[in-house]
Amino acid sequence: MFEQVTSAFLTILIGVVACFIYFWGTNWLLDRFLRSDGPGLSGRQSVQRDTLRSRIRPWLFLFPALFFMGVYLAYPVFATLWLALHDRTATNFVGLANFTWALTDPRFLQAAGNNLLWLIVVPTASTGFGLLVAVLADRLWWGNIAKSLIFMPMAISFVGASVIWKFVFDFRGPDADQIGVLNALVQMFGGSPQAWITVPFWNNFFLMIILIWIQTGFAMVILSAALRGIPEETLEAARIDGATDIQIFFGIMIPQIFPTILVVWTTITITVLKVFDIVLAMTNGQWDTQVLANLMFDWMFRGGGDSGRSSTIALFIMFAVLPIMVWNIRNVNSEETTR
Amino acid sequence: MSIQTQTATSVSEPQISFFARIRWGRMFAHAALLFLVILWSFPTVGLLVSSLRDKDQLTVSGWWTALVVTERNELARLPLADSQVEEDGRFVIRGEIFEPGSGRSIKSFGTKSSELAAALPGETLSMRDAGEITVNRDGSYEWVSGEAFTHTRGPRIFFIAEIPPRFTLENYVEVLDSSGIGRSFVNSFTVTVPATIIPILIAAFAAYALAWMKFSGRGLLVAVVVGMLVVPLQMSLIPLLRMYNGIASWTGGESKTYLGIWLAHTGFGLPLAIYLLRNYMAGLPREIMESARIDGASHFKIFTTMVLPLSFPALASFAIFQFLWVWNDLLVATVFLGNTEKTLVLTGRLRELLGSRGDNWEILTSGAFISIIVPLIVFFSLQRYFVRGLLAGSVK
Repeated sequence: MFEQVTSAFLTILIGVVACFIYFWGTNWLLDRFLRSDGPGLSGRQSVQRDTLRSRIRPWLFLFPALFFMGVYLAYPVFATLWLALHDRTATNFVGLANFTWALTDPRFLQAAGNNLLWLIVVPTASTGFGLLVAVLADRLWWGNIAKSLIFMPMAISFVGASVIWKFVFDFRGPDADQIGVLNALVQMFGGSPQAWITVPFWNNFFLMIILIWIQTGFAMVILSAALRGIPEETLEAARIDGATDIQIFFGIMIPQIFPTILVVWTTITITVLKVFDIVLAMTNGQWDTQVLANLMFDWMFRGGGDSGRSSTIALFIMFAVLPIMVWNIRNVNSEETTR
Repeated sequence: MSIQTQTATSVSEPQISFFARIRWGRMFAHAALLFLVILWSFPTVGLLVSSLRDKDQLTVSGWWTALVVTERNELARLPLADSQVEEDGRFVIRGEIFEPGSGRSIKSFGTKSSELAAALPGETLSMRDAGEITVNRDGSYEWVSGEAFTHTRGPRIFFIAEIPPRFTLENYVEVLDSSGIGRSFVNSFTVTVPATIIPILIAAFAAYALAWMKFSGRGLLVAVVVGMLVVPLQMSLIPLLRMYNGIASWTGGESKTYLGIWLAHTGFGLPLAIYLLRNYMAGLPREIMESARIDGASHFKIFTTMVLPLSFPALASFAIFQFLWVWNDLLVATVFLGNTEKTLVLTGRLRELLGSRGDNWEILTSGAFISIIVPLIVFFSLQRYFVRGLLAGSVK
């Protein structure tokens, strides 16, 4: 254990020093070997060297980052594509067999269906609650405290949140005292307690609650900032014209912050597509709660692992992200040209 | 502690003419927000309270009753005949049901498991073996008989015990001692700290190049970084695992190492780091950069002496993001560090406990709290930077 802590600190030290040596060293080398003020250089050569230097230098700054992103993000995308076209041990080419398997496998289809359900419910609910809290909190003196508390789950891991909520959903036989809040409430109102996470279909929603609980804080923060960005004159003008709070909310606030709502929506959508920890910790896909990311993880290790099927599932997640990716890139590009 | 946003436009005072209507609106807003806040905090509060409760109470009563006396059906076995004393021609066996200082008391008792409420404290019941027994509220009893006791097997006495609320750190001691949480805590730190620091420097240089250096292909690179922001981690896992295994079998080393996971987190964290830092650096005043350039300062010098110090808020934002993300990560740790007893991080350990000790709530609640306390401290002490990063980091 001691060894492991020392090695961690050593790595930090080595990493930081190596970064500095690299950046400082390459810069020094560049300036040393492509000097423009050296002896025996004509004016033209000197200018040439200047341009050459300024062409090389950005790539020196960028190289380590590009290297890591290349190895850990870009290369794997192509490798996954390749693996998806091969069999479980990646030795034989199988064409689209994995894809046809996926589209006919009931468990895959169920996971995809559940994912779709998650995609509809979680971003909607999180954005909705986030907007509600943002609007309410901005008008009240204790709004900041409220926002802090609702924001807090953002810091909690999905597994930690799963423990917290599993305790809420806990079930102890119909005659015992319930120690889970939900079942205690159900009992109080005369209902019969249930093991909620084992009730097919509806249990999906109980898992979704966990992610909504976490993501609402995110939506709230972004939307609250956007709401404050609405010019006060606009709201004032509407009030003078006699608009009600409801009219102001739907007629002015929502349209004004609509681009931000879209951003929040898409960001949460991506989180939802990758959701894995919650399902793994709560049910591990039992009782019809499987989702794609967990199914992929399952295939990755089951029976020694099936890299073909697992990669295929990963690709389906990637396909779903693709439109959002393109949309983001286009937005940033149009921003870039106006900069 | 408060969430800060950069522009604090003052909310205009409600107009007097609308006084009555706005008052009602206000009341409703207060109530609705309070409801939401309670809804959102209740689960976490429950976890914290439960983790501090006595583990016997935790399993029989809801945590919201933590301050209320709980009742529990229990039984005790009375001592054998050899502990009797003779007093005034009677034979007596005395004793205590509860351990001294436990604070418990008897609500009612009986001699059969079906008759827990046969007698109130201070009352007397006749025993099947011989004589009669009196149990007092504090658990002391007196078993009296006219003839000598001869039983060879202590009879049982059944009772309803009233257990006063008790808060304790025992659960934490237990979970740190026996379930490996302590070890995992160290592992989590080992993974998180280097994985947070290493990407920052690498990203900062790249971000500077993308913000302030002119070269062909810059726009394309920015687009690539933005694209990579959303590439699902799932795409990377299998190829990287295969690569790590390949390297391990080639060098004869292990495939699941701390170095491997540090580098993996570095790679996965870079797009966000570069994006955040570039946005921030691009917003630094152009005049400063240009005048420094005219004064003959090199890019390297401008970066290290001006841009890096000025970018501190953005660096802090990213550091918090990366810290929280790595600390809370389960997927990358499971795949690249494995599930062995020695290498489990907190999230992995918690997941394992959920599977193996799913009903031991004293272990789960205290374990979960240990795993979330560090991010909560980071979060609440540095919330300002976190929020700022969140606002800058969501692709607009």
